Amino acid sequence: MGGYWSGILAILAINVIFAYGIFLPVATGQLNLGGAGFQAVGAYAAAYMSYTYDWPVALTLILAMVVTGGIGFAVAFPILRLRGVYLVLGTFAFAEVVAGLILNSETLGGAIGLPVPAFVDYEVPVVLAALVTLFVFYLMATRFGLVMRAVHDDEVVSDLMGVSLRGVKVAAFAVGAGLCGLAGGLYAHTFTYVEIQAFNALVSINVLLFVLLGGTQTAFGPLIGAAFFTLLPEALRVLLPQLQASVASLFGAAGDMRAPDDSWRFVILGCVTVLMMVFRPEGLVTRTLVERFKPRRRSGLAAAEASA
Amino acid sequence: MLLEAKDLSVVYGRTRAVDGVDISVGEGEIVTVLGANGAGKTSLLRALQGAVKPSRGRIVLAGRDVTNGSSAARVAGGMVLVPEGRQIFVSMSVHENLLMGAYLRRDGGIETDIAAIYERFPNLARRRDMKASVLSGGEQQMLAIGRALVARPRLIMLDEPSLGLSPLFVEQLFSLLKDLNRDGIAILLVEQNTSMALELATRGYVFELGDVVLQGPAEELLGNQALVAAYLGGGEAAPTEIPPHAGS
Repeated sequence: MGGYWSGILAILAINVIFAYGIFLPVATGQLNLGGAGFQAVGAYAAAYMSYTYDWPVALTLILAMVVTGGIGFAVAFPILRLRGVYLVLGTFAFAEVVAGLILNSETLGGAIGLPVPAFVDYEVPVVLAALVTLFVFYLMATRFGLVMRAVHDDEVVSDLMGVSLRGVKVAAFAVGAGLCGLAGGLYAHTFTYVEIQAFNALVSINVLLFVLLGGTQTAFGPLIGAAFFTLLPEALRVLLPQLQASVASLFGAAGDMRAPDDSWRFVILGCVTVLMMVFRPEGLVTRTLVERFKPRRRSGLAAAEASA
Repeated sequence: MLLEAKDLSVVYGRTRAVDGVDISVGEGEIVTVLGANGAGKTSLLRALQGAVKPSRGRIVLAGRDVTNGSSAARVAGGMVLVPEGRQIFVSMSVHENLLMGAYLRRDGGIETDIAAIYERFPNLARRRDMKASVLSGGEQQMLAIGRALVARPRLIMLDEPSLGLSPLFVEQLFSLLKDLNRDGIAILLVEQNTSMALELATRGYVFELGDVVLQGPAEELLGNQALVAAYLGGGEAAPTEIPPHAGS
């Protein structure tokens, strides 16, 4: 496999894990716009231990996950008191605080960043992404997954049924933060360099878009969303010049054209985003869509009669 | 007494929604709470279920003080509230909604109990795997009650369950409540449909501005409908005769 494709696979795998980290709180109705902050914590935790103490990758990744999950757990208590747009702003502010702290920390390299001696090839993130995907699918099929959806649907009634709202939200937020941390650790070892500029607000926005546009109702959503939005810009890298050529030839002006500016890819990406919001407001993959592809089970009445 | 609230008060900011109320429900009893809009009935239920903290008073459920407990403590103690407006989990299937009713249960009898619910409500059985949002209003109310039943309550509280239902469904609802009571479940019913509620109930309370202004055996209140209607306000005339379906 060429370096280009293995690089894309690694980024895709990291983005899938990252998206699941944001999906878990979103599935309980909590929008998390602080993704970059959690990813930065994981990336720097892994980078620091690898750089300073030469820890093996397995240990730095576990540490990245545990530290970020722990911070997510601690932050969840105050931050989940906020609701709606205030929660979005609160998580966003958390990411900014993390960036500010790292930027001003000499131990973490400040604005220069940290080199990461241990490199991992694309297989590691790909295998971990597969494991995380299985884990989230399993989680959503358990009683806890059902309760997460209940909290998302109606907090008041969930409470009336005896659900501990605080417990469910904090758990989803903290486990999600841990996954963001794992994505960060993998980022550090894949790019072998961390600098805080890489964990900016745009990263937080993009990963939330993966989840919201992919669909928040099922565990398919983040997978599809992350894959679509990671691969689309790459596909456009090839398709855009072709598109330009065909448009130009329509007007009979083929030949001596400059290659399209790279930023055009993001214009198209933006248009696709808007179109998806218009035509698939619940996300690309909805529960109804998943149901349609499931093998038909016995009709409800037959099942009830059989059990009666 | 199964449920006993003493000197219960609920205050929102400067508004006193419930003002020092004593209310009780005995084992296997049907008690109804009547009152005009804004009389504090919903606040009373919310406080009893632990969704709002009472500012004063105490709530004892089956001999245990649950005043400062969560609503989980109430559900575990055998008391479930069916909230106003058929609040079901719209993105879940009918079956998943019922499973949520068993959230606090850890025993193995959940599936058997859900099968019994399906037997009671064949419409729900037919729509077992459908999204709950596609159910009709009446079916949603049945689902909300079914979900409460899966928690195996000794006392069900219902907040205006007949609101917005067709007369046919209202009749089914009241006969369902009677059946549930016959199975030994106590009921605390908040209703706008005064005469039907009093027909069903053993005792009644009439609320006005957060206070109990009238209480007694349901028959007594039924015989004094003019007085009850006066407290319910809104210029509502008391029905002069009992609807034909009541008591049948």
